[in-house]
Amino acid sequence: MNRSLLDLPLGQHAEIASIDCERRLSRRLMEMGLLPGTRVRVVRVAPLGDPIELRVRNYSLSVRRAEAAKIAVRPEGTV
Amino acid sequence: MSSAAAPQVLIAGNPNCGKSTLFNALSGGSAHVGNYPGVTVDRTSASLHLGTEKIELVDLPGMYSLTASSPEEQLAVDALTESNTRAVVCVVDATTLERGLYLPLQLIESGVPVVVALNMMDATARIGLRIDTERLSELFASPVIPVVATKRRGLDALLSALETQLEPSSEISTLQVGYPAALEADIAALAPAVARWRPKMPTGQHRVFALWCLLSLGEDSLRGVPDEVRQAAGNIRRAAAERGRNLDLEIVSSRYDWLDRAVAETCSVRGPSPSWSERIDRVLTHPIAGISIFAVVMFGIFEALFAGAEPLIGAIETLTGFMQAQAATILPPGVLQDLVVEGIIAGVGNVIVFAPQILMLFLFIGFLEDSGYLARVAFVIDRVMKGVGLHGKAFVPLLSGFACAVPAVMATRTIERRRDRLVTMLALPLMSCSARLPVYILVVGTVFAGRSLGWFSAGAVALFSMYTLSVLVTLAAAAVLKRTVLPGPAPTFVLEMPPYRWPSAAILWINAWRRLRIFLIDAGTIILAMTILLWALLSFPKSAEISEHYAAERAQVLQSASSETTKSEALQSLDAREAGEQLAHSLGGRFGHAIEPVLRPIGFDWQIGVGIIGAFAAREVFISTLGVVFGIGEADEESRPLRQALRDARHADGSPVMTPLSGVSLMIFFLLACQCMSTIAVVKKESGSWKWPVFLFSYMTLLAYLASLAVYQGGQLLGYG
Ligand SMILES: Nc1nc2c(ncn2[C@@H]2O[C@H](COP(=O)(O)OP(=O)(O)OP(=O)(O)O)[C@@H](O)[C@H]2O)c(=O)[nH]1
Repeated sequence: MNRSLLDLPLGQHAEIASIDCERRLSRRLMEMGLLPGTRVRVVRVAPLGDPIELRVRNYSLSVRRAEAAKIAVRPEGTV
Repeated sequence: MSSAAAPQVLIAGNPNCGKSTLFNALSGGSAHVGNYPGVTVDRTSASLHLGTEKIELVDLPGMYSLTASSPEEQLAVDALTESNTRAVVCVVDATTLERGLYLPLQLIESGVPVVVALNMMDATARIGLRIDTERLSELFASPVIPVVATKRRGLDALLSALETQLEPSSEISTLQVGYPAALEADIAALAPAVARWRPKMPTGQHRVFALWCLLSLGEDSLRGVPDEVRQAAGNIRRAAAERGRNLDLEIVSSRYDWLDRAVAETCSVRGPSPSWSERIDRVLTHPIAGISIFAVVMFGIFEALFAGAEPLIGAIETLTGFMQAQAATILPPGVLQDLVVEGIIAGVGNVIVFAPQILMLFLFIGFLEDSGYLARVAFVIDRVMKGVGLHGKAFVPLLSGFACAVPAVMATRTIERRRDRLVTMLALPLMSCSARLPVYILVVGTVFAGRSLGWFSAGAVALFSMYTLSVLVTLAAAAVLKRTVLPGPAPTFVLEMPPYRWPSAAILWINAWRRLRIFLIDAGTIILAMTILLWALLSFPKSAEISEHYAAERAQVLQSASSETTKSEALQSLDAREAGEQLAHSLGGRFGHAIEPVLRPIGFDWQIGVGIIGAFAAREVFISTLGVVFGIGEADEESRPLRQALRDARHADGSPVMTPLSGVSLMIFFLLACQCMSTIAVVKKESGSWKWPVFLFSYMTLLAYLASLAVYQGGQLLGYG
């Protein structure tokens, strides 16, 4: 059961399980605080459907769907 | 790298943390803007007196970490390792410190003395966040000073902490993140290679620098890294990967584990984030309301640049004209007068005429950026821009291109990655800017007057087609450039959406003014030089024969018995005709003749050729040059004599030069060609080398020629014209 950020209903919290973007981007996301175990939720989707806005570590970050699809999540507290 | 070894203090911080505000508060706005060596990133600095010492305060670009993969990102590390760097002030937005403390952690780890300026402390109360800054200082082994940059609160404490950090006796921080043993072994394995690369670095720092290499190297474009270090780092990474380890993850998550504990110990649990920012967002990113507001804001900017700047531009042009007239009365007629009037004053006018639009655009962009709306603009429109391989942030520069490419090229600064910036910068001069409009109007008035296409006037259809075409060609060019000349991964869109804030007017002014000053100095000198060059090209050599001929004619007129008004009219017409003949005799005029065989297939003759050469100063100069070529004297796009002269112009075989078909060909040529030396100058300035403006000019001119050729030849085959 591999769920990505895209499968997460709006507003529902989850935990990041892994990030599998290309290295530079993964590194960037990690350095911005998106790490396995970090709590995340999808706040909204842009009017034209892409990108989406995340809330993580008390700030907001938008990423494209293509990238969000490579960020796997799991329900909170299920390690 | 810096020549003078004046001790420097760097200011670092995440984008939008209030770094510029703090820098300006500390420096009193007296900043000096230069360039970092080798990259086109502004280096803003100011000198500051601290106790008895004079230091240079250097504002680094906004960043989330020291990790680098491009020369632009590398400059922070380079600045940090410069021998005269004495300390770093790291600005952290207190409301996002769960992420924002990552950068100071990295800085402190590197061993440089750091003062953390915990900014936006006024906003923490609103979200119910309390921070134990003393405990945070202990944990970070560095002073953490609460400040409110906008209200200049905490600056004294910040400066005195900085002074203490600058004392040679102050201890190097002892912060230990605690990396896993396997990682420590990897670091130790790389350290000797790093030590050979940076022998002067204190031994303790080789470890930290090895860590930086492990995280940064690989698929990078960093400069100056020795092969030995590269290979060693590559081997270590590979060996780790074989054992299923992800070094990036190990390094970053060790740091965040440490940070999470520090935050848990020092920060109260916060309440929900302020609902008003969320409520604003619900409207501004709403499918209908959001897009409508977006359209209104963008239209507002466009209208301001297009129409709002008009009176100011007019005033500058009037002033330039006035100065030219004054100079003409003071100086005796001759080459010196011409040089001053048509070269120097015209050149200076050509430069400052851009000031209103540059100021306006940068005030707008500054407002959008500092308020947080620019990130939403990118969020709303990214889907569209992604289609052609551009970043959402390319939208505002592209739109501004409708008004004028010069400020628009400067506005590409908001785009982070160099490649994406270049693509935007090289495509947007294809947007139909306002200087093309007079040319369209002249052509339409000449060849389409009174014609209609169905319900519409032919002129309106032609104008509308030009604007539509310009948008399509711009987007296509971006897509092609992205795939050919500047290939690279599609721009990633990882963009922080900062909370909405009300920007400070003073900062907006300072920044817009700074941009303008840079333009006036850097691009301005190039524009001035090119104006003088162009003037010389269209003025020399002068034919003595023509002068004598007209002198004789003038004498005849003066001796004739007609009334004073008839005389002066006759003299004026003689002047205009002489100017026309002298222009034809000049180098530029001869060049126009020489290229006629090339222009003929696209429907132009040598006179239009000379106009095109003159138009390199600025597209609308096409019209005044034609006025001179046709011996009419001063002319604008509404000028009846000029339109008539154009309609009467004939090729050698007696066929009319200006037909609807050659008119369309001419409009398309002006739409696509890079007939604008100011664009060239500003692209040179913003891209940092002559390579890109030369490329820009070549590809646009070629594109223009081929398109006009296709239109003209195709049209003739189909029996038009
Ligand atoms: N409430 C509050 N707002 C602040 C404070 N400091 C800065 N701001 C606001 O935060 C916004 C961003 O400030 P800047 O100084 O432009 O931030 P920056 O870090 O230079 O941003 P970049 O130029 O994008 O790197 C502006 O709207 C400022 O007015 C502060 O202490 N409190």
